[in-house]
Amino acid sequence: MNSLDSYLFISSMLFCLGLFGVITRRNAIAVLMGVELILNAANINFVAFSKFNGMNLDGHIFALLVIVLAAAEAAVALAIIINIYNNMNTVNIDDVSELKR
Amino acid sequence: MTNLQSLEFFIPEIILVITILACLITDLFLKKSKTDLIGWILGIGLVIVGLSVYNLSSVPPTTLFLDMIVIDPFSSYMKIIIIISTLLIIVASWANNELSKYRKGEYFTLIGIMVVGLFLMTSSIDIIMLYVSIEVVSIMSFVLAGYLKLNTRSNEAGLKYVIYGAFSSGVMLFGLSLVFGLTGSTNYFVIQEAISSIDSSANPALIMALLMIFAGFGYKISSVPFHFWTPDVYEGAPTTITAYLSVAPKAAGFAMIIRFFHQVFSDSIALSGNAMGYTDLPWPEIIGILAVVTMTLGNLVAIQQESIKRMLAYSSIAHAGYMMLALPVLSIDAVESIMIYLFVYIFMNLGAFFIVIIVKNKTGGETFDEYDGLGWKMPIVGALMTLFMLSLTGLPPTAGFVGKLYIFKTLVGAGNDFLWLVVAGGINSVISLYYYFHVVKVMFLSGKRSDKLSYPPSLMLGLIIFTAVPSLVLGLYWNPLANWVKESLVFYSQGM
Repeated sequence: MNSLDSYLFISSMLFCLGLFGVITRRNAIAVLMGVELILNAANINFVAFSKFNGMNLDGHIFALLVIVLAAAEAAVALAIIINIYNNMNTVNIDDVSELKR
Repeated sequence: MTNLQSLEFFIPEIILVITILACLITDLFLKKSKTDLIGWILGIGLVIVGLSVYNLSSVPPTTLFLDMIVIDPFSSYMKIIIIISTLLIIVASWANNELSKYRKGEYFTLIGIMVVGLFLMTSSIDIIMLYVSIEVVSIMSFVLAGYLKLNTRSNEAGLKYVIYGAFSSGVMLFGLSLVFGLTGSTNYFVIQEAISSIDSSANPALIMALLMIFAGFGYKISSVPFHFWTPDVYEGAPTTITAYLSVAPKAAGFAMIIRFFHQVFSDSIALSGNAMGYTDLPWPEIIGILAVVTMTLGNLVAIQQESIKRMLAYSSIAHAGYMMLALPVLSIDAVESIMIYLFVYIFMNLGAFFIVIIVKNKTGGETFDEYDGLGWKMPIVGALMTLFMLSLTGLPPTAGFVGKLYIFKTLVGAGNDFLWLVVAGGINSVISLYYYFHVVKVMFLSGKRSDKLSYPPSLMLGLIIFTAVPSLVLGLYWNPLANWVKESLVFYSQGM
């Protein structure tokens, strides 16, 4: 795995899988997992571009910041989902539809 | 500028962070009934922040922290808009009965953190800073939208917001990573130079990346097709937060879009003519079509709503559309008109939401039924709601008219290519007249007249009068505002 192309291929696969997960899954936690895949696809891109193209560390730093923010986002999202489970006894997004469409 | 030298120009944010820490620590020592005090701390802190922003607004534009953020009059103007709306929301939060069951310490603290994020959004010129500031604002708004823990509607708003928000910022991040790969830098100016030397028509990756970035921007200002979260989140969230989300993040989002398009797509000399020429993608047409679809959808769906809060949510989508109308031109006039519109929009929109809070506190509902005959029962509220509705429609002599006037003036001045946008905007104003005046009709023409008049509590009365005065006065005498905006129309650019 010495070329940029293989990294880009993996990251775009991950991105598509994440997109697929977000669109098709009805379980809120699975949807979040899809979002995490998208974020990690971007991370692979950043690190790979940084290694093969530019010599500066911007890409690595960006990837680290994204990991931190993804953790914060996941913490908030899981807290909201736990709260929903406590109140409604479900984590299925389709069942959480009290607000008018 | 190096990090240490930058601190001097970063004083507003530093004061804000100290205020937030003070809020967090004070909250530990307070009983639940006393947590309104945190609002005082944050409010006083914000006033000081406002003064120091004003103090720094006249320094020559410069970059801070090794080209991470800029300080220029444009960002100072946006920061002042954000501070005004935050202060109004803090006062309204004291009187909002929805929140009375909960501790408000964290609530005010989270609003404070959100303001830091909004400040950074208005001034970032680096895609790292851009992403971090968007996420700071988003994560805080997820928590605030779901703040009413025991209310299932608020839970649902939080869940929908978190899913849409995380998804669209993920897509945006992927776009940013492609731009980073194509240009080799995270700085707007370097990206601009690199993009202008890439043969963009032969480069689908660049076009793809820019479209993905626009997904993140569109989500922030709730433009079609990234608006799906807006109605549900706005309906379920506490009304004060709904009001806040409809003004402050939108203002910061527009600041971010203007800066991004200005710095990345135009040469760094000036905003002149039609500057978005660097990629072969027809940006003016794409944004123009999105703007027209956004406002048409907002207006048409708003007509069918039974809940006033939800109607105002769709109306805020429509207003994002009006502001986007000026984006395809992106001349100095266009930015000026968006800045004026944002300023008048704060007052008229917050005023309408404050009246929703008053009625909800009194009757417990937010549908049209609760507004039956309101004009006769609460004359002051009825009269001011009429004023806000006039202003949101954009009829003279209200502030909303001035906002629309500047936008349409820009479009007409930009030549024949943009006349279709003027026509679409005019038709939409007529559509919006229908549902805004439906509220007035319900308030004054239906329901029983009663001789028993009632008045809102003095705090809310003060707030709606405070928002009504600019909504009317700026429609009659807007020179000071226009002058202030003209002075603030200075961007940092590399050539300086």
